[in-house]
Amino acid sequence: MLDRSIHPPYLHPPYTSTVKRAPHQPLVPLVYSLAELTGPVYGHESVRAIDNDLTRNAIVNGEAIGERIIVTGRVLDAAGRPVRNALVEVWQANACGRYIHKLDQHDAPLDPNFTGAGRVLTDQNGEYRFTSIKPGAYPWKNHHNAWRPAHIHFSVFGTNFIQRLVTQMYFPGDPLLPLDPIYNGIPSEAGRRRLIADYAHDVTQPLWALGYRFDILLAGRNQTPFE
Amino acid sequence: MTCVRTRCIVSLRVYGIYIMTPIQTGSQTVGPFFHYALITGDDQRILATPQARGEHIRIEGSVYDGDGVLIPDAMLEIWQADSAGLFPHPADPRHHEADPEFRGFGRSDTTGAGNRFWFHTVKPGARKNADSTTAAPSINIHVFSRGMLLHALTRLYFSDEPATEQDPVYAALDPVRRRTLLAHRADLPGQPTYRFDIRLQGDGETLFFDP
Repeated sequence: MLDRSIHPPYLHPPYTSTVKRAPHQPLVPLVYSLAELTGPVYGHESVRAIDNDLTRNAIVNGEAIGERIIVTGRVLDAAGRPVRNALVEVWQANACGRYIHKLDQHDAPLDPNFTGAGRVLTDQNGEYRFTSIKPGAYPWKNHHNAWRPAHIHFSVFGTNFIQRLVTQMYFPGDPLLPLDPIYNGIPSEAGRRRLIADYAHDVTQPLWALGYRFDILLAGRNQTPFE
Repeated sequence: MTCVRTRCIVSLRVYGIYIMTPIQTGSQTVGPFFHYALITGDDQRILATPQARGEHIRIEGSVYDGDGVLIPDAMLEIWQADSAGLFPHPADPRHHEADPEFRGFGRSDTTGAGNRFWFHTVKPGARKNADSTTAAPSINIHVFSRGMLLHALTRLYFSDEPATEQDPVYAALDPVRRRTLLAHRADLPGQPTYRFDIRLQGDGETLFFDP
Protein backbone atom coordinates (compact mmCIF):
# COMPACT_ATOMS: atom_id res chain seq x y z
CA MET A 1 0.00 0.00 0.00
CA LEU A 2 1.08 3.56 -0.60
CA ASP A 3 2.17 5.49 2.48
CA ARG A 4 -0.13 8.50 2.23
CA SER A 5 2.08 10.61 4.49
CA ILE A 6 4.71 10.29 1.77
CA HIS A 7 2.71 10.35 -1.45
CA PRO A 8 0.97 13.56 -2.52
CA PRO A 9 -2.80 14.06 -2.61
CA TYR A 10 -4.46 14.52 -6.01
CA LEU A 11 -5.71 17.98 -5.08
CA HIS A 12 -2.89 20.36 -4.18
CA PRO A 13 -4.14 23.87 -5.11
CA PRO A 14 -0.72 25.60 -5.08
CA TYR A 15 -0.03 23.41 -8.15
CA THR A 16 -2.84 24.90 -10.19
CA SER A 17 -3.11 22.10 -12.77
CA THR A 18 -4.31 19.75 -10.01
CA VAL A 19 -7.50 21.76 -9.49
CA LYS A 20 -9.34 20.42 -12.56
CA ARG A 21 -7.56 17.08 -12.75
CA ALA A 22 -7.93 15.78 -9.19
CA PRO A 23 -10.60 13.12 -8.64
CA HIS A 24 -13.11 14.29 -6.03
CA GLN A 25 -14.78 11.00 -5.17
CA PRO A 26 -13.24 8.84 -2.45
CA LEU A 27 -10.77 6.23 -3.67
CA VAL A 28 -12.02 2.67 -3.42
CA PRO A 29 -9.73 0.16 -1.67
CA LEU A 30 -8.79 -2.73 -3.93
CA VAL A 31 -7.97 -6.18 -2.59
CA TYR A 32 -4.96 -7.17 -4.64
CA SER A 33 -5.32 -10.09 -6.98
CA LEU A 34 -2.90 -11.62 -9.45
CA ALA A 35 -3.68 -8.70 -11.77
CA GLU A 36 -2.03 -6.30 -9.31
CA LEU A 37 0.73 -8.63 -8.11
CA THR A 38 2.07 -9.18 -11.62
CA GLY A 39 3.43 -6.66 -14.09
CA PRO A 40 5.64 -6.26 -17.12
CA VAL A 41 8.93 -8.14 -16.93
CA TYR A 42 12.00 -6.48 -18.41
CA GLY A 43 15.28 -7.99 -19.48
CA HIS A 44 18.47 -6.91 -21.13
CA GLU A 45 16.75 -6.74 -24.49
CA SER A 46 14.88 -3.72 -23.07
CA VAL A 47 17.92 -1.42 -23.00
CA ARG A 48 21.02 -0.73 -25.06
CA ALA A 49 24.40 -0.14 -23.41
CA ILE A 50 24.47 3.52 -24.40
CA ASP A 51 20.96 4.22 -23.12
CA ASN A 52 22.30 5.09 -19.66
CA ASP A 53 24.75 7.71 -20.90
CA LEU A 54 22.81 10.85 -21.74
CA THR A 55 26.06 12.68 -22.53
CA ARG A 56 26.64 10.31 -25.46
CA ASN A 57 23.33 8.82 -26.53
CA ALA A 58 22.32 11.78 -28.69
CA ILE A 59 25.61 13.09 -30.05
CA VAL A 60 25.28 14.75 -33.46
CA ASN A 61 28.32 16.96 -33.91
CA GLY A 62 30.00 17.44 -30.56
CA GLU A 63 29.87 17.07 -26.79
CA ALA A 64 26.77 17.69 -24.69
CA ILE A 65 27.22 20.97 -22.86
CA GLY A 66 27.05 21.44 -19.09
CA GLU A 67 28.21 19.98 -15.82
CA ARG A 68 28.65 16.19 -16.13
CA ILE A 69 26.99 14.13 -13.42
CA ILE A 70 26.77 10.47 -12.50
CA VAL A 71 23.58 9.41 -10.73
CA THR A 72 23.41 6.03 -9.06
CA GLY A 73 21.30 4.34 -6.44
CA ARG A 74 19.34 1.26 -5.54
CA VAL A 75 15.73 0.39 -6.25
CA LEU A 76 14.30 -1.28 -3.14
CA ASP A 77 10.94 -2.73 -2.18
CA ALA A 78 9.03 -1.64 0.92
CA ALA A 79 10.99 -4.14 3.01
CA GLY A 80 14.28 -2.67 1.79
CA ARG A 81 15.14 -5.60 -0.47
CA PRO A 82 16.74 -4.91 -3.85
CA VAL A 83 14.54 -4.98 -6.94
CA ARG A 84 16.48 -6.60 -9.77
CA ASN A 85 15.89 -5.88 -13.46
CA ALA A 86 13.76 -2.86 -12.59
CA LEU A 87 13.38 -0.65 -15.65
CA VAL A 88 14.34 2.95 -14.82
CA GLU A 89 13.49 5.57 -17.44
CA VAL A 90 14.77 9.12 -16.98
CA TRP A 91 14.19 12.43 -18.74
CA GLN A 92 15.25 15.98 -18.01
CA ALA A 93 15.92 19.48 -19.28
CA ASN A 94 19.36 20.40 -20.61
CA ALA A 95 21.92 22.52 -18.75
CA CYS A 96 20.04 25.68 -19.75
CA GLY A 97 16.72 24.47 -18.42
CA ARG A 98 15.23 23.65 -21.83
CA TYR A 99 13.47 20.41 -22.76
CA ILE A 100 13.78 19.15 -26.29
CA HIS A 101 9.99 18.66 -26.24
CA LYS A 102 8.27 20.66 -28.98
CA LEU A 103 5.85 22.21 -26.50
CA ASP A 104 8.60 23.67 -24.31
CA GLN A 105 8.58 27.36 -25.22
CA HIS A 106 11.21 28.49 -22.70
CA ASP A 107 13.53 30.98 -24.40
CA ALA A 108 16.74 29.11 -23.67
CA PRO A 109 19.02 27.32 -26.12
CA LEU A 110 18.61 23.70 -27.14
CA ASP A 111 21.72 21.53 -27.09
CA PRO A 112 22.03 19.70 -30.43
CA ASN A 113 23.96 16.90 -28.70
CA PHE A 114 21.62 16.27 -25.82
CA THR A 115 18.04 14.99 -25.72
CA GLY A 116 17.91 14.32 -21.97
CA ALA A 117 16.29 10.88 -22.23
CA GLY A 118 17.74 7.60 -21.03
CA ARG A 119 16.93 4.20 -19.57
CA VAL A 120 18.68 1.55 -17.53
CA LEU A 121 17.95 -1.76 -15.79
CA THR A 122 18.92 -2.38 -12.18
CA ASP A 123 21.55 -5.07 -11.62
CA GLN A 124 21.62 -8.01 -9.21
CA ASN A 125 21.99 -5.62 -6.26
CA GLY A 126 19.08 -3.48 -7.41
CA GLU A 127 21.53 -0.78 -8.47
CA TYR A 128 21.20 1.56 -11.46
CA ARG A 129 23.66 4.12 -12.74
CA PHE A 130 23.57 6.72 -15.46
CA THR A 131 25.67 9.62 -16.69
CA SER A 132 24.12 12.92 -17.65
CA ILE A 133 24.36 16.69 -17.58
CA LYS A 134 23.10 18.59 -14.56
CA PRO A 135 19.73 20.05 -15.64
CA GLY A 136 19.02 23.76 -15.29
CA ALA A 137 16.07 25.35 -13.51
CA TYR A 138 13.30 26.59 -15.80
CA PRO A 139 10.36 28.96 -15.59
CA TRP A 140 6.76 27.79 -15.81
CA LYS A 141 3.38 29.48 -15.72
CA ASN A 142 1.95 28.09 -12.47
CA HIS A 143 2.16 31.47 -10.74
CA HIS A 144 4.03 34.77 -11.09
CA ASN A 145 7.79 34.22 -11.42
CA ALA A 146 7.50 30.48 -10.93
CA TRP A 147 10.64 28.41 -11.48
CA ARG A 148 11.03 24.67 -11.21
CA PRO A 149 14.08 23.57 -9.23
CA ALA A 150 16.55 21.48 -11.23
CA HIS A 151 15.21 17.94 -11.40
CA ILE A 152 15.40 14.64 -13.23
CA HIS A 153 12.18 12.73 -13.96
CA PHE A 154 12.21 9.04 -13.03
CA SER A 155 9.82 6.31 -14.18
CA VAL A 156 10.33 3.01 -12.35
CA PHE A 157 8.76 -0.43 -12.84
CA GLY A 158 9.13 -2.74 -9.87
CA THR A 159 8.10 -6.35 -9.96
CA ASN A 160 4.36 -5.76 -10.20
CA PHE A 161 1.72 -3.30 -11.35
CA ILE A 162 1.13 -1.69 -7.95
CA GLN A 163 4.81 -0.89 -7.43
CA ARG A 164 4.73 1.52 -10.35
CA LEU A 165 6.35 4.84 -9.52
CA VAL A 166 6.87 8.08 -11.42
CA THR A 167 8.80 10.70 -9.48
CA GLN A 168 11.41 13.46 -9.70
CA MET A 169 14.90 13.66 -8.24
CA TYR A 170 16.13 17.00 -6.93
CA PHE A 171 19.58 18.34 -6.09
CA PRO A 172 20.82 19.21 -2.59
CA GLY A 173 20.90 22.86 -1.60
CA ASP A 174 18.60 24.10 -4.37
CA PRO A 175 17.13 27.42 -3.20
CA LEU A 176 14.03 26.89 -5.36
CA LEU A 177 12.86 23.81 -3.45
CA PRO A 178 10.92 25.66 -0.71
CA LEU A 179 9.11 27.63 -3.45
CA ASP A 180 8.12 24.69 -5.65
CA PRO A 181 4.49 23.51 -5.40
CA ILE A 182 5.26 20.15 -7.02
CA TYR A 183 8.05 19.23 -4.60
CA ASN A 184 5.92 20.57 -1.73
CA GLY A 185 3.02 18.37 -2.81
CA ILE A 186 4.74 15.70 -0.70
CA PRO A 187 3.03 16.06 2.67
CA SER A 188 5.89 15.31 5.07
CA GLU A 189 9.36 16.74 5.51
CA ALA A 190 10.83 13.24 5.62
CA GLY A 191 9.07 12.41 2.34
CA ARG A 192 10.32 15.57 0.67
CA ARG A 193 13.85 14.93 1.89
CA ARG A 194 13.64 11.49 0.24
CA LEU A 195 13.41 13.14 -3.20
CA ILE A 196 16.70 15.00 -2.83
CA ALA A 197 19.78 13.13 -4.03
CA ASP A 198 22.87 13.08 -1.85
CA TYR A 199 26.10 14.44 -3.23
CA ALA A 200 28.37 11.36 -3.21
CA HIS A 201 32.08 12.06 -3.41
CA ASP A 202 32.80 8.33 -3.73
CA VAL A 203 30.75 8.34 -6.94
CA THR A 204 32.44 11.49 -8.26
CA GLN A 205 35.07 10.65 -10.87
CA PRO A 206 38.27 12.72 -10.79
CA LEU A 207 38.61 15.15 -13.68
CA TRP A 208 35.33 13.90 -15.14
CA ALA A 209 31.95 14.13 -13.35
CA LEU A 210 30.22 14.84 -10.03
CA GLY A 211 28.44 11.96 -8.33
CA TYR A 212 25.00 11.78 -6.76
CA ARG A 213 23.26 8.95 -4.97
CA PHE A 214 19.47 8.54 -5.16
CA ASP A 215 17.85 5.42 -3.71
CA ILE A 216 14.27 4.64 -4.70
CA LEU A 217 12.00 2.83 -2.29
CA LEU A 218 8.89 1.37 -3.90
CA ALA A 219 5.59 0.59 -2.20
CA GLY A 220 4.78 -3.10 -1.86
CA ARG A 221 7.00 -6.10 -1.53
CA ASN A 222 8.73 -8.22 -4.11
CA GLN A 223 6.90 -11.36 -5.04
CA THR A 224 8.56 -14.61 -4.04
CA PRO A 225 9.98 -15.51 -7.46
CA PHE A 226 12.21 -12.47 -7.22
CA GLU A 227 13.51 -12.99 -3.70
CA MET B 1 10.85 11.21 15.22
CA THR B 2 12.80 10.94 12.01
CA CYS B 3 16.42 10.52 11.19
CA VAL B 4 17.03 12.32 7.96
CA ARG B 5 20.57 11.14 7.41
CA THR B 6 19.65 7.48 7.13
CA ARG B 7 16.29 8.20 5.50
CA CYS B 8 14.17 6.22 7.87
CA ILE B 9 11.22 6.93 10.06
CA VAL B 10 10.23 5.47 13.38
CA SER B 11 6.86 3.99 12.74
CA LEU B 12 6.31 1.15 15.18
CA ARG B 13 7.07 0.48 18.78
CA VAL B 14 7.10 -3.20 19.66
CA TYR B 15 7.90 -4.34 23.22
CA GLY B 16 9.45 -0.96 23.86
CA ILE B 17 11.78 -1.23 20.88
CA TYR B 18 11.44 1.20 18.01
CA ILE B 19 11.41 -0.44 14.61
CA MET B 20 13.07 1.65 11.93
CA THR B 21 11.14 1.49 8.67
CA PRO B 22 12.61 2.95 5.52
CA ILE B 23 10.33 5.56 3.98
CA GLN B 24 8.91 5.23 0.48
CA THR B 25 9.90 7.45 -2.40
CA GLY B 26 6.95 9.75 -3.04
CA SER B 27 5.26 10.18 -6.39
CA GLN B 28 5.64 13.31 -8.53
CA THR B 29 3.85 14.31 -11.70
CA VAL B 30 4.97 12.93 -15.05
CA GLY B 31 4.79 16.57 -16.24
CA PRO B 32 4.10 17.78 -19.77
CA PHE B 33 7.37 16.72 -21.40
CA PHE B 34 7.51 12.94 -21.01
CA HIS B 35 6.88 12.01 -24.64
CA TYR B 36 10.39 11.94 -26.03
CA ALA B 37 11.50 9.62 -23.22
CA LEU B 38 8.48 7.42 -22.60
CA ILE B 39 6.58 7.33 -25.90
CA THR B 40 8.74 5.56 -28.45
CA GLY B 41 6.20 4.49 -31.05
CA ASP B 42 2.92 2.78 -31.87
CA ASP B 43 4.40 -0.60 -30.96
CA GLN B 44 3.85 0.38 -27.33
CA ARG B 45 0.09 0.41 -27.99
CA ILE B 46 0.11 -3.02 -29.59
CA LEU B 47 0.04 -5.83 -27.02
CA ALA B 48 -0.72 -8.69 -29.38
CA THR B 49 1.01 -9.94 -32.52
CA PRO B 50 -1.30 -11.09 -35.33
CA GLN B 51 -0.69 -14.67 -34.13
CA ALA B 52 -1.89 -14.02 -30.57
CA ARG B 53 -4.74 -16.27 -29.48
CA GLY B 54 -8.17 -14.87 -28.67
CA GLU B 55 -10.43 -12.11 -29.90
CA HIS B 56 -8.39 -9.19 -31.19
CA ILE B 57 -9.87 -5.89 -30.11
CA ARG B 58 -9.08 -2.21 -30.17
CA ILE B 59 -9.66 -0.15 -27.05
CA GLU B 60 -9.85 3.58 -27.40
CA GLY B 61 -11.03 6.57 -25.48
CA SER B 62 -10.34 10.03 -24.18
CA VAL B 63 -9.42 11.54 -20.83
CA TYR B 64 -11.43 14.54 -19.61
CA ASP B 65 -10.77 17.05 -16.85
CA GLY B 66 -13.30 18.53 -14.40
CA ASP B 67 -14.56 21.02 -17.01
CA GLY B 68 -15.15 18.22 -19.51
CA VAL B 69 -12.15 19.39 -21.54
CA LEU B 70 -10.07 16.79 -23.37
CA ILE B 71 -6.69 16.23 -21.75
CA PRO B 72 -4.04 16.27 -24.50
CA ASP B 73 -1.06 15.32 -22.35
CA ALA B 74 -2.13 12.24 -20.38
CA MET B 75 -0.40 8.87 -20.53
CA LEU B 76 -2.12 5.53 -19.91
CA GLU B 77 -0.53 2.24 -19.02
CA ILE B 78 -2.54 -0.96 -19.13
CA TRP B 79 -1.87 -4.44 -17.78
CA GLN B 80 -4.01 -7.49 -18.47
CA ALA B 81 -4.05 -11.27 -18.77
CA ASP B 82 -3.96 -13.04 -22.12
CA SER B 83 -7.04 -14.62 -23.71
CA ALA B 84 -6.73 -17.63 -21.38
CA GLY B 85 -6.52 -15.44 -18.27
CA LEU B 86 -2.76 -15.96 -17.83
CA PHE B 87 -0.15 -13.34 -16.98
CA PRO B 88 3.36 -13.48 -18.48
CA HIS B 89 4.89 -12.99 -15.04
CA PRO B 90 6.47 -15.49 -12.63
CA ALA B 91 3.91 -14.76 -9.89
CA ASP B 92 1.30 -16.49 -12.08
CA PRO B 93 1.73 -20.22 -11.35
CA ARG B 94 0.76 -20.96 -14.98
CA HIS B 95 2.87 -18.25 -16.61
CA HIS B 96 4.75 -20.83 -18.68
CA GLU B 97 1.49 -21.45 -20.53
CA ALA B 98 0.93 -17.74 -21.24
CA ASP B 99 0.63 -16.82 -24.92
CA PRO B 100 4.14 -15.89 -26.17
CA GLU B 101 2.51 -13.72 -28.85
CA PHE B 102 1.01 -11.46 -26.19
CA ARG B 103 2.78 -9.24 -23.67
CA GLY B 104 0.12 -7.87 -21.31
CA PHE B 105 1.50 -4.34 -21.00
CA GLY B 106 0.76 -1.29 -23.12
CA ARG B 107 1.39 2.43 -23.00
CA SER B 108 -0.35 5.21 -24.92
CA ASP B 109 -0.37 8.98 -24.74
CA THR B 110 -3.39 11.13 -25.64
CA THR B 111 -1.47 13.65 -27.69
CA GLY B 112 -2.23 12.38 -31.20
CA ALA B 113 -5.23 12.91 -33.44
CA GLY B 114 -8.42 13.58 -31.51
CA ASN B 115 -6.54 13.36 -28.22
CA ARG B 116 -7.49 9.70 -27.98
CA PHE B 117 -5.53 6.86 -26.52
CA TRP B 118 -5.78 3.50 -28.22
CA PHE B 119 -4.51 -0.05 -27.76
CA HIS B 120 -4.56 -3.11 -29.95
CA THR B 121 -4.95 -6.10 -27.66
CA VAL B 122 -6.91 -9.29 -27.14
CA LYS B 123 -9.91 -9.61 -24.88
CA PRO B 124 -8.50 -10.99 -21.60
CA GLY B 125 -9.78 -14.31 -20.33
CA ALA B 126 -11.66 -14.83 -17.08
CA ARG B 127 -9.70 -16.22 -14.13
CA LYS B 128 -10.49 -18.25 -11.06
CA ASN B 129 -9.88 -16.36 -7.82
CA ALA B 130 -8.29 -18.11 -4.85
CA ASP B 131 -11.74 -18.44 -3.26
CA SER B 132 -13.03 -20.15 -6.46
CA THR B 133 -15.12 -17.17 -7.50
CA THR B 134 -14.55 -16.00 -11.08
CA ALA B 135 -12.69 -12.81 -11.93
CA ALA B 136 -14.37 -11.40 -15.03
CA PRO B 137 -12.20 -10.26 -17.95
CA SER B 138 -10.73 -6.89 -16.95
CA ILE B 139 -7.84 -4.56 -17.68
CA ASN B 140 -5.97 -2.52 -15.07
CA ILE B 141 -5.24 1.06 -16.08
CA HIS B 142 -2.86 3.67 -14.67
CA VAL B 143 -3.46 7.29 -15.68
CA PHE B 144 -0.59 9.79 -15.51
CA SER B 145 -0.62 13.45 -16.48
CA ARG B 146 0.58 16.93 -15.79
CA GLY B 147 -1.48 18.12 -12.84
CA MET B 148 -1.51 14.67 -11.27
CA LEU B 149 1.09 14.37 -8.53
CA LEU B 150 0.13 10.71 -8.16
CA HIS B 151 -1.14 8.40 -10.90
CA ALA B 152 -4.73 7.15 -10.79
CA LEU B 153 -5.72 3.47 -10.87
CA THR B 154 -8.86 2.24 -12.55
CA ARG B 155 -10.06 -0.95 -14.16
CA LEU B 156 -11.88 -1.64 -17.41
CA TYR B 157 -14.67 -4.25 -17.55
CA PHE B 158 -16.64 -5.26 -20.64
CA SER B 159 -20.31 -4.16 -20.76
CA ASP B 160 -21.25 -7.09 -23.03
CA GLU B 161 -19.51 -9.71 -20.91
CA PRO B 162 -21.96 -11.76 -18.78
CA ALA B 163 -19.31 -12.48 -16.14
CA THR B 164 -18.86 -8.79 -15.31
CA GLU B 165 -21.92 -8.56 -13.02
CA GLN B 166 -20.69 -11.59 -11.06
CA ASP B 167 -17.13 -10.35 -10.63
CA PRO B 168 -16.59 -10.03 -6.85
CA VAL B 169 -14.73 -6.71 -7.15
CA TYR B 170 -17.24 -5.22 -9.58
CA ALA B 171 -20.26 -6.53 -7.68
CA ALA B 172 -19.08 -4.91 -4.43
CA LEU B 173 -18.83 -1.44 -5.97
CA ASP B 174 -21.46 1.28 -5.85
CA PRO B 175 -24.02 0.27 -8.53
CA VAL B 176 -24.06 3.72 -10.13
CA ARG B 177 -20.37 4.56 -9.97
CA ARG B 178 -19.23 1.16 -11.20
CA ARG B 179 -20.85 1.83 -14.56
CA THR B 180 -17.93 4.19 -15.25
CA LEU B 181 -15.73 1.07 -15.48
CA LEU B 182 -17.66 -0.39 -18.42
CA ALA B 183 -16.17 -0.34 -21.90
CA HIS B 184 -18.85 -0.32 -24.60
CA ARG B 185 -18.63 -2.07 -27.93
CA ALA B 186 -18.45 0.50 -30.73
CA ASP B 187 -16.90 -1.26 -33.70
CA LEU B 188 -14.94 0.64 -36.29
CA PRO B 189 -15.02 -0.73 -39.85
CA GLY B 190 -13.34 -4.12 -39.77
CA GLN B 191 -12.15 -3.59 -36.22
CA PRO B 192 -13.88 -4.85 -33.09
CA THR B 193 -13.57 -1.81 -30.81
CA TYR B 194 -14.45 -0.95 -27.24
CA ARG B 195 -14.83 2.65 -26.16
CA PHE B 196 -13.65 3.61 -22.68
CA ASP B 197 -13.53 7.26 -21.62
CA ILE B 198 -11.97 8.45 -18.39
CA ARG B 199 -13.30 11.44 -16.48
CA LEU B 200 -10.91 12.59 -13.80
CA GLN B 201 -13.43 14.78 -12.03
CA GLY B 202 -17.03 16.00 -12.02
CA ASP B 203 -20.10 14.52 -13.73
CA GLY B 204 -19.57 10.84 -14.41
CA GLU B 205 -16.23 10.85 -12.60
CA THR B 206 -14.50 7.54 -13.21
CA LEU B 207 -14.28 5.24 -10.23
CA PHE B 208 -10.66 5.13 -9.11
CA PHE B 209 -9.11 2.63 -6.77
CA ASP B 210 -6.57 3.46 -4.08
CA PRO B 211 -3.36 3.03 -6.06
